[in-house]
Amino acid sequence: MELLVMQLALFVLSLFLGVELITKVPPTLHTPLMSGTNAISGITLVGALLAAGHGGESSLVSALGFIAVILASLNVVGGYLVTNRMLAMFKRKN
Amino acid sequence: MSTYIVDLIYLFSAVLFILGIKGLTRPKTAVRGNLTSAVGMLIAVLVTLLDRSIISYEMIALGMAIGAIVGAVMAIKVQMTAMPQMVALLNGFGGGASLGVVASQYLLALEGTGFGPGAVGVIGVLFAMATVLIGTVTLTGSFVAFAKLQELISGKPIGFAGMKFLNAGLFVAAVVLVLMLIGQPANTALFWGLVAVAAVLGLTLVLPIGGADMPVVIALLNSYSGVAAAAAGFVMQNTVLIVAGSLVGASGLILTKIMCVAMNRSLTNVLFGVMGEGGETMDADEVYEGKITSAQPDEIAMMLETAKRVVIVPGYGLAMSQAQHAVRELMDVLEARGTEVEFAIHPVAGRMPGHMNVLLAEAEVPYDKLIEMERINPTFEDTDVAIVIGANDVTNPMAREDKGSPIYGMPILHVDKARNVVVVKRSLSPGFAGLPNPLFAMDNTYMVFGDGKKAIIDMTAALDQAD
Repeated sequence: MELLVMQLALFVLSLFLGVELITKVPPTLHTPLMSGTNAISGITLVGALLAAGHGGESSLVSALGFIAVILASLNVVGGYLVTNRMLAMFKRKN
Repeated sequence: MSTYIVDLIYLFSAVLFILGIKGLTRPKTAVRGNLTSAVGMLIAVLVTLLDRSIISYEMIALGMAIGAIVGAVMAIKVQMTAMPQMVALLNGFGGGASLGVVASQYLLALEGTGFGPGAVGVIGVLFAMATVLIGTVTLTGSFVAFAKLQELISGKPIGFAGMKFLNAGLFVAAVVLVLMLIGQPANTALFWGLVAVAAVLGLTLVLPIGGADMPVVIALLNSYSGVAAAAAGFVMQNTVLIVAGSLVGASGLILTKIMCVAMNRSLTNVLFGVMGEGGETMDADEVYEGKITSAQPDEIAMMLETAKRVVIVPGYGLAMSQAQHAVRELMDVLEARGTEVEFAIHPVAGRMPGHMNVLLAEAEVPYDKLIEMERINPTFEDTDVAIVIGANDVTNPMAREDKGSPIYGMPILHVDKARNVVVVKRSLSPGFAGLPNPLFAMDNTYMVFGDGKKAIIDMTAALDQAD
């Protein structure tokens, strides 16, 4: 139970931190912000790795973990690369 | 490795994510910020791979390889005009990943010790089912958004009058299923039922939303994908998931709010309302009849020859006709003649937040020439020519003047205050709001009918040949 309360505290504080940080991002960068934060939400990859690699008996569990690994790595790699591509265009002329 | 060390390394990753987002607050530091956040991700993944609970690496290696290759190809190939679709897809994958993680954790818990006794067990199930609900809605909702943006299905609202009741019914069904699962977590039929209901809900929530409201939908789904990751973090008791997920959730929510404010509509209205409800509808013929002045690109070029200040107002039509490079060339020719050129960017221009900025950045328009609505509006009175390309509702003066109009109160670009207005547009067809635009009928407005890119190229060529 204490752990849960700690985690809730972490969740709430991160939300507030997120609000403070994001409101400072200029509208010009809103599209890369979305794809960049989207890549961060690919952090589910961490959970997917644990789910796919547990080595349990059920094939359904492994299959779901496997799909999650594919989707999350796609999210991470695609998200960071496309963000980098966009941001490089903003940097270029200035 | 001890769990304390793993958790400390996760904390370090979370700090890198935060610093990364902080870097995104300025164009100069943004590339480095994105890289910082990517390093944080890499560290989190590496330390997870060392976790002793992982005993089989084949599936992981294969899955990561497939995901990384597909993701890289998509990121390299995608056109800047197609960025909204790309982000919609990525949101969906994020939601789908969270669903997959929690579904496998749920089945694993059933095989083993279950969810634990008492309140802890109840809360565990509650978080798991919340992740399933949000993750699945994000997955199917994002695919509908993708299909609409990619024009695989019509961008118009799809649905029927009682759709909101169907959605409400589905939502109630989902909540009931979650409550029943708390009572009997081992009932897998209920679990898959919840997945199915959430999948349909994702479809029926996004189908009735029209193309021009997509910025709100994408921002909201972005937020959901973060919240789903955070909820999965509670299920896995993983701190880095909670921190990163909630950062993304907050980011999406703020963008959603900015988009709604820019349309002067509530989120409920965007999601469930019908545009144009109430208010008197104006007859298009009455507004336009005998008042439209149409012009050729070379006539506009003559007008531009003497202009001291020109403001270009891009909209979704610019993306549709891929006119961003043509517009940049027009800017270059104007600037070479000593004309001041700026771009007026409405927050909801295009199909996602910041869509126009990315397109113009691709064409190498410096970002300090892209001016936000609040800052550019007072300057229209000193503007000789305002060129509107493929934008409609965001320039409609009725939003400012006609209290009976459905879009009354929506912040607009005061294009009509410019000395001359040039509107490049295919036809007089109304924008998403379905309203005629009195701007087109003003005495000092010149309509250039045709393809946006071609019209701009012709204008530029004619101007280049002048004197």
